[in-house]
Amino acid sequence: MESPETLDLDRIYRREAGRCVATLIRVLGDVDLAEDAVADAFTVAAERWPTTGIPPNPGGWITTTARNRAIDRLRRESGRHERHRAAARLHESGPDMHDRPGDESAQDVGDVTVVSDDQLRLIFLCCHPALSPDVQVALTLRLLCGLETPDIARAFVVPEATMAQRIVRAKRKIRDTRMPYRIPEPAELTDRLRPVLATIYLVYNAGHSAPSGSELVRTELTDEAIRLARLVHELMPDEPEPAGLLALLLLTEARRPARIDDDGSPVRLADQDRTTWDRTLIRDGHAIVRSLLRRNQPGPFQVQAAIAAVHADATTWDETDWAQIVQLYDLLLTLRSDDVVALNRAVAIGELRGASEALAIVEELDLDLYAPFHATRAELLRRLGRDDEADSAFERAIELAPNEAERDDLRRRRVERR
Amino acid sequence: MTQYLLSVVHETDYEAVTEVTPEIQAQFDRVGAFNQELMDAGAWVFAGGLMPPSSATVVRSDGVDVSMTDGPFAESKEVMGGFWVIEAPDLDAALTWAGSGSAACGQAVEVRPFQEP
Repeated sequence: MESPETLDLDRIYRREAGRCVATLIRVLGDVDLAEDAVADAFTVAAERWPTTGIPPNPGGWITTTARNRAIDRLRRESGRHERHRAAARLHESGPDMHDRPGDESAQDVGDVTVVSDDQLRLIFLCCHPALSPDVQVALTLRLLCGLETPDIARAFVVPEATMAQRIVRAKRKIRDTRMPYRIPEPAELTDRLRPVLATIYLVYNAGHSAPSGSELVRTELTDEAIRLARLVHELMPDEPEPAGLLALLLLTEARRPARIDDDGSPVRLADQDRTTWDRTLIRDGHAIVRSLLRRNQPGPFQVQAAIAAVHADATTWDETDWAQIVQLYDLLLTLRSDDVVALNRAVAIGELRGASEALAIVEELDLDLYAPFHATRAELLRRLGRDDEADSAFERAIELAPNEAERDDLRRRRVERR
Repeated sequence: MTQYLLSVVHETDYEAVTEVTPEIQAQFDRVGAFNQELMDAGAWVFAGGLMPPSSATVVRSDGVDVSMTDGPFAESKEVMGGFWVIEAPDLDAALTWAGSGSAACGQAVEVRPFQEP
């Protein structure tokens, strides 16, 4: 059994590790050094805190201890070590990543201040466009969220060694190419924010629909995604898309209690028990969507949030304001032309103007490897009384469904409405 | 400061320029202007265009015997047509230069840092 102290330490680790690593990367100028130093500091904390008690500012304590430990270690390890150069940087030219002048006097012997901008620097580093999207996600989870590599590997159904290799290679590229540790200039912000928001959304989705991995890891992923979305939104309050992403995640998260039935099977939006939706999350999401509507600078995440808000307003599927949903999908398609968006729009058209109009749209889409495409087609065909065609469409959807729970759900739907 | 190699990647094999058409002249001018920009910014180290891969000879030596093969080392779809060596404070600065270089020469540009001495 775990003692209360270790439980507290785990909680503090969760909350503080990413922030401490973010600051230490700036102070030490190296990702690996920062990670090792923070791990060291938590080891010291695990030894000391049970007797001394938890300090009033645990994050500051960890960061300062980590910095001091790292400097000790660098002094001990002599010139043969490849990290020698980092140590030289540390002493010669101040402690910012790649020799840049620090924006605070972090080389002072005193406490290291944790600057929230550091987390923003770190997320822009993890989601640098010179790194591939799967690497961006992995680095974000590892460095900002403090997740262990085996958990990340499980969440993305990748062998642990592959994921470890991916992370090592990414950190090497950051060091070898001298990626800067900075917040992008206003002129590049739109381009640089896109992969950041996409990564957060991917993290959420991995938790939301993970085909494998423990429930604990999945909840951790969705919680972390919401935390990161909130962080980017709070640190960049003037940017509408981060706000849109946060609202979208809150409104999606609100439906979580209704998404899975007692047997663990997924429940579609149409069949969900809406009384179990989380009203607090819906209220928060709505408030953001309203403020974004006033701002009137639509972007893809904002429009998706608005669609989620319209769904949240309806007490049943049938009472959904489909006209508004279709309008929002029209807007979304002008912002991001994409067949998956077009498929969702077709579902809304099916509710507003009938199955045959919807089917005509669906038949034009190039989504043959996407299970929901065939499932949607199957439902529409059934509504039109074309049962044989519906049956083979269900067949194809079942073949393509990514996990057993979804396959079961499709099998059920296939026989249900005969 | 770090030095970066910006190599110009041709997606297909190419021929040496034999006749300077107006389009080719316009491209030369764009690349010339970009080179000047690099020099004015103090980022210029070296640059040059290469003759086509068909002009290549591969030499191997163990210190005693020397062997030569006609043609490029590896027949590949992409070939290097030229390069810049620049000085930049970090990757983002190098990527920005690579963007301007790519626009100037009309080809993709690959960015790689040099090993530190």
